[in-house]
Amino acid sequence: MTKQNLIHYIYGIADNALILGQRLSELCGHGPTLETDIALTNIALDLLGQTRSYYQYISNLTTDGSTEDDVAFLRKERQYRNVLLVEQPNTDFAYIIVRQYFYDVFHYMLLQELQLSKDVNLTAIADKSIKEVGYHQQFSGDWVKRLGDGTSESHDKTQQAVNDLWVFTEELFHLSNEDKIVVDSGHGINPKSFKDQYFNKISTLLEDATIKVPESKYFQKGGKDGIHSEHMGYILAEMQYMQRTYPDMKW
Amino acid sequence: MKKNWPLWEVFVRSKNGLEHRHFGSLHAPDAEMAIKNARDVYTRRKEGVSIWVVESKYIKASNPDNNAEMFDPADDKAYRHPTFYDLPDDVEHM
Repeated sequence: MTKQNLIHYIYGIADNALILGQRLSELCGHGPTLETDIALTNIALDLLGQTRSYYQYISNLTTDGSTEDDVAFLRKERQYRNVLLVEQPNTDFAYIIVRQYFYDVFHYMLLQELQLSKDVNLTAIADKSIKEVGYHQQFSGDWVKRLGDGTSESHDKTQQAVNDLWVFTEELFHLSNEDKIVVDSGHGINPKSFKDQYFNKISTLLEDATIKVPESKYFQKGGKDGIHSEHMGYILAEMQYMQRTYPDMKW
Repeated sequence: MKKNWPLWEVFVRSKNGLEHRHFGSLHAPDAEMAIKNARDVYTRRKEGVSIWVVESKYIKASNPDNNAEMFDPADDKAYRHPTFYDLPDDVEHM
């Protein structure tokens, strides 16, 4: 395994947290109630904090002097390895919650496995993050149940969000060839080991929430290989604007 | 605004050994969510180790019109405060 392989692999984890954190931070000041606004913004901050730990590690691994800001803000769209799920827009509260839940359950299981990695930096980040993600998972799972089993309007919107976002779930388990090298070396983990557990868990909760689990076997992927949806360019344009306009700016 | 969630009062114990103190209020559809909201609104910076919530409507408040009878008689009875004792240094939180 080369350093490049490892960096590639870490982007596959960290970029999810960055882009979802960015998506959630768009909601700061726009949440449906003051309390949920604060909760979602807290989750965004947790995710961005975790992203920093990964990017600092990447910055230490690189030899070209890239800083954590460089890797966060100065890559091109094709170089980001986040899954398509996390770049989906904040269509309505049901979408926000379902997107979050689909990601949180995966994220939690991923960190559980990552705690067993051979790489002490990754295990340290996983140890630190898992408590935060445990809370995210409780928060979003709780809301899926409330919305699904709530009024007929909240039920229908949640069902719609589940139907639309389901197509992006499988990609969470996708590994590139480079990822596989890192997994084989014991530094990375293979998410396929908990794939059944993941789908069992979300299906059970959706049924509890009186939401029908989609039966479609068609899934979309591409994000982890840098092929993003039409939303990604807008996210990056907003996120990278300051660094691109005022390079190396400091607060 | 009838569709608003009910209001809850939040009490937080800042550390073990101290009492729960009133921190503020927030809206939530039920007690479970009120505790979660309180966690997000009030205790994210390590402010507490325990949270109580109670729906605000269950709090019975004294009537300010009766303040004269309720509180004024205590004005000239400073001796009711145990401030004339020397406390040993080891006694905390008094």
